[in-house]
This record gives sequence, structure tokens and C-alpha cells, in this order.
Amino acid sequence: MNRLPLIFLGVFITFASSWLGLVAYPFLTLGRMQPLPDEDTGGYFPPSKSGLAIAGQRAYAANGCVYCHSQQVRLAPLSTDIAKGLGPRQTVARDYLRAQPAFLGTMRTGPDLSNIGVRQPDANWHHKHLYEPRTVTDWSIMPSFRYLYKLQKIEGQPSADALKGLSGPHAPPPGYEVIPSDDAKVLVAYLLSLKRNYPLPESPEPPTN
Amino acid sequence: MKPQSLISSFNPANNPDTLASHERAEIDASTRFPVLLFFSSAIFWLLVGSLFGLISAWKMTHPALLDQMAWLTFGRLRPAHLNAVIYGWASAAGIGVGIWLMARLCRVPLLHSKLLISAAIFWNLGVLVGVLGILAGDSRSIEWLEFPGYATPILFVAYAFIGIWAIIMFRFRKPGHVYVSQWYLFAAFLWFPWLYATANILLIWQPIQGSAQGAVNWWFAHNVLGLWFTPIGLASAYYMIPKVIGRPIHSYYLSILGFWSLALFYSWNGMHHLIGGPFPAWMVSASVVASIMMFIPVVTVAINHHMTMRGHFGALKWSPTLRFTVFGAMTYTLVSLQGSSMAIPSLNTLTHFTDYTIGHAHLGLYGFFTMMMFGAMYYIVPRLTGWEWPSAQAIRWHFWLVAIGIILMVVSLSIGGVLQGLALYDPQVSFRNSLDYATPFRWLRGISGFFLLGGHLVFAGLFTAMLLKIGRPKDGPAYFTAPAKVEASPL
Repeated sequence: MNRLPLIFLGVFITFASSWLGLVAYPFLTLGRMQPLPDEDTGGYFPPSKSGLAIAGQRAYAANGCVYCHSQQVRLAPLSTDIAKGLGPRQTVARDYLRAQPAFLGTMRTGPDLSNIGVRQPDANWHHKHLYEPRTVTDWSIMPSFRYLYKLQKIEGQPSADALKGLSGPHAPPPGYEVIPSDDAKVLVAYLLSLKRNYPLPESPEPPTN
Repeated sequence: MKPQSLISSFNPANNPDTLASHERAEIDASTRFPVLLFFSSAIFWLLVGSLFGLISAWKMTHPALLDQMAWLTFGRLRPAHLNAVIYGWASAAGIGVGIWLMARLCRVPLLHSKLLISAAIFWNLGVLVGVLGILAGDSRSIEWLEFPGYATPILFVAYAFIGIWAIIMFRFRKPGHVYVSQWYLFAAFLWFPWLYATANILLIWQPIQGSAQGAVNWWFAHNVLGLWFTPIGLASAYYMIPKVIGRPIHSYYLSILGFWSLALFYSWNGMHHLIGGPFPAWMVSASVVASIMMFIPVVTVAINHHMTMRGHFGALKWSPTLRFTVFGAMTYTLVSLQGSSMAIPSLNTLTHFTDYTIGHAHLGLYGFFTMMMFGAMYYIVPRLTGWEWPSAQAIRWHFWLVAIGIILMVVSLSIGGVLQGLALYDPQVSFRNSLDYATPFRWLRGISGFFLLGGHLVFAGLFTAMLLKIGRPKDGPAYFTAPAKVEASPL
């Protein structure tokens, strides 16, 4: 193999084949998929996200949630995701149309979040959990995201935003309250928006038994 | 009889065109500044990256550790660790080794070293801006591409300089044989910019939609390993093993088979990271098949290297270069076969989403590539500085600290990962058990980080001594023991 043009050609063609298959093809198909109209309500599946939830994706990315939490529900027998209650059905390409970026994830150091908005619809629970995970799950190894919250003195009336139900060693001292920052608010809005339980024809719910 | 150089003895059909030793010294001298610049910065980022990794590891068992500040949170330190070691250490070390190999194998003194010096400056600036960007919260959390959009163009400019330089070197090489290491380097230098540009355009600058991102993401991430680090690592092994033991590569034809099967199959890997994910089944299947077909290039290279080494394993006792390189080459076989097995869906079920994958990634990037780079540096640096490694004992410490460290890390993460995977799979077992099973092994992994960081500090000390020309041994090169017979050429 002393002829460089031949080596170049081979190296080019082998690589181009994978580029066409694994980059250009998904770009042209999955990348152009559209939401499905919902005839009953005039809405779409997946439903559009609120502005707060869209902004929350940035906070999710900035703080690296994806390194421990996946967002994929997979079918049996590859996984037991549905039996474990991670979602009613497999997640498919259309579920990620509005995700930017698509946080598919590769680790489950923490639980899957595809449907966390269904499992935990309470914003205050999420704030408490982010502020100090051990207040809601004592064996959790999730880090505290206390830096997204502000401890402040109560002036007059307590703020409407203040976290409720913080107790024990994590409770603010008397006369103080814990207030979520804008990043914390959008992050929770995003987590609450994670609901992949709407019907999609390409992903029927498997029968439960 | 005059010993033939490797280049000529490689192919029996070629006439010997041995470089005189003074020519080789001239070529080495011409590469001195740019290569040492890449090496020094690489070692700096190795230390920074290992520290980030060590802290991240201990955060898994001690979630309250350093949790007060945003920039020290696990979700920022972990990608900072990954990117610092991928771009700051491994790529820069690989580029340094690649430059030196190119000059040696093209048999001409290095041309346009200013291009490379600019490249080194830009590269490190890009890595610095990128790592700070991640810590500041500008990461987009796309694995292996966490550097923010304002950092990656700097890296790309740096890379463009290197690519242009590589083309010039190939263009003006001395006529004659093109050695196998050059095929790998040539391919790597072509593949990387294509990979990096595609991924940056489609994921960072003009993000495409939905799950297509996942496909591009893992096509990129796996191919950075397969088509950037692997070819550079193999180029180094193909050069260092014959050079140290003084005999040619066993088979030219196996080299060809290994090269082309790697080019074909490795590039189709990637989607096996997303088995069961939101993609057309054929894409995932194609990657699973390609991953299993990697058996061919891997076993081919393993046989070729083993047959070259046969009868010369005694040299591992005295040569630091060979010991690190052979450790890397053997790990390459192991990690690749492990990777193929992990692509089989039934086994993937057990290891997907667990620490097992982290162990596998470290076995590849550390056990294979990083060890290969250490081996190459032990060979190259004395030829650039005109100085010998000051202490064989310190090299021995370096080797054993990192060898024990990486073995401890991979073994503990693999066992912990499988237990975690079993717990995650069984619907009767709660999520908490997956943590409880993995935790003791995460402790062991945390301990392994001290071994690795300790080894890196020893190596950084040795390298600094080389730059400052401190403490040269009196009796020639720093071998572990006296070589049985020095077969390698004097330079």
C-alpha cells in the first residue's frame, strides 16, 4: 500500500458510508418528523412546552442532570422499564421532537425521568428534592442543588415562592425562608413537563398482565 | 551486517533505504519544540483531568462533598473531567506522537513547525475556554461535545493547522515505502475533522431535531474513540514494538487486513449505545453487527503484534516503552472484545445504563490509549531533549501505580455495574438496591483514582526533569534492568 490516493479513496468511502447511514439518514427522516395533530382537542402530540419548560432545558444541561438520568422507556425483553413503572409505553422518535437537546442519557445512576412529571406532579416536591434530596429520599446519592436557591430573611409576609415543608437539619433557621432562583423555577417547570403518556399510534401501550 | 531499519525490512520487496543515524537525529531535532509543546500541555491537562475525575468519583459515594458551589457540582465536574482528558490530554498527546511519527516515517525534517506551534496554542486555548465554559454552566450536556459553541471553533482552527501540515508532510515525504503506522495516521488525520465538524454543526451550531441528535451524538462519540484515538494508538504500537525489539512486523498482509476492516467496521459503530432507543431498528442493528465484526480487525492486529513479540517478551523486563506499549496493545484486544460483547443485545440488557459502561470506557481510553501514549513518550522524549529519563525506579512506580489503578477501577466498576444492572432489570427489586449493590464498588473506584493521580504526578515529575535536564543516569538510558542485548538501533 504505497499509493496514497488509493488509501485516501478507501478511507473516504468507508467513512462516507457510515456518515450517510448514521448521520444523513436520521437527519433527513427523524430530523424532519412532525408532531401529530390531536383531533379531539385541536392540539398536537407531543404537546408544545411552556416557555419556562423550554428554558428549563438549559438548566438541565448546565447542571448535567443527563449524566445520571436517562429519558428512554424501552420495551421488554431488552428492559423491564414498563413493568418498573417508568412509563406506560415505549418512547419513540416523535416523543423527542420538542426536546432541545434530546436528553436520551446513557446512565441510570438515578431513575429514568421520561415521565417524572406524571410520577411527581408537585412542584414543591421537586424544589425540596433539588434543594436537599435527603429531605424526600433519605438514601438518595443525588447532590444537593442548594446553589440554585437563596436563603433569605422573611420581610413581613413569607414569599409565595418559598419552599414548604423543609424540616429537620435542612430547614431554614426561624425567620428565614428558602427561595428558588429563576434557574430552579425553570428547571422544575421542565421536569413537570416530562410526560410521555399521551397516545401515539406508532407506540401502542403493551397489555399489562 | 548492518541492521536494517524497520521501514525497509518491513516489506521484502523493498530495497533497504536505511536512514543514517545523523539524519534521524536531524529529523528528531526538527520536531523538538512542537512535540514537546503538545506533550507538556497534555500532561498538564492529564493532571487537571484526573483531579476532576477523582473528585467526581468520590461524589458518587459522598454526595455532600463540595456541593456548595455550582461549578463543583457533579454534573459539571464530570463533563469537565471527560473533556479535559479527551481533548486536553489524549488528543494532544496523540497529536504530539503523531507529529513525531510522521516526521520519522516521511523521513524528512519537519516542515512548517510554526503551523504546529500555532496549532498547539489554539488547541490549548480551546480546551481552556471549553473547560471553563462547562464549569460556568454553558455545557449543552451532549456527551463528548460539552464544550460550548464558543470554544469548539478555536479547537477546529487548531485542528485545521494540523491537517494542513499533515498534508504537506505527506506531499513532501521521501519516496519509498509507506509504513503501516502512516496509513493509520493518514486516516485519523482525515477522519477527525470530518467527525468533529459534522457533530459540531448538527449538534451545537445548528442543532437538528429530536432523537436524530442521539444518532449523531453516538456516531461521533464512538468514532472519536474508534477513528481518532484507536488509529493513533495502533500507529504508535506498530512503530514502537518493532523498534524496541529490533525486528519487523510479523505480517504485512495481516496489517492490511487489520487496517481496512477497522476502517469499514468501526465507522458503523455507535448506535449500539442506544439499543432499544427511539430509532429505526435497522440503524441499531447495523451498529450491533459492525461492533461484532470488530472482532476481525482486533484479532488480526492482536495476532500480528503477538507474533512480532514472540520470543522477545523478555524485553518487557527492561524497556519502559515496550512495557507500557504492550500493556496498551493487550488491553486493546481485551477492551475491543469486551466492547463487541456489550453490543450483543442480551448482554447489553445487563450492562446498559450502569457503571459497567464507565469501566469499559476507561479500559479503552486509559488501559489502551493512555498507556500507549506513555510508552511512546518514554521513547520519544529522550530523543527530543537529548537527555535520559533520570530514574528507572520512578518509571517503575509510574507503571505499577497506573497499572494497578486502572485494573482496580475496571474490575470494581465491572462487578458493581453488573450487580447494578441485575437490580435495575428485576421488577421485584427496588431502585434503591441498584445503589446499594454498586456503592462498595464505587468506593474501590474512588481509591483507584488515587493510584492513577499518584502515577500521573510521578510521570509529570519525570517529564519536568527531562525538560529541565535534571539528574541524568550515568550509564545510558533508563532501563528497568540491563537489557539482555540491545537490539534496537542506537537512536
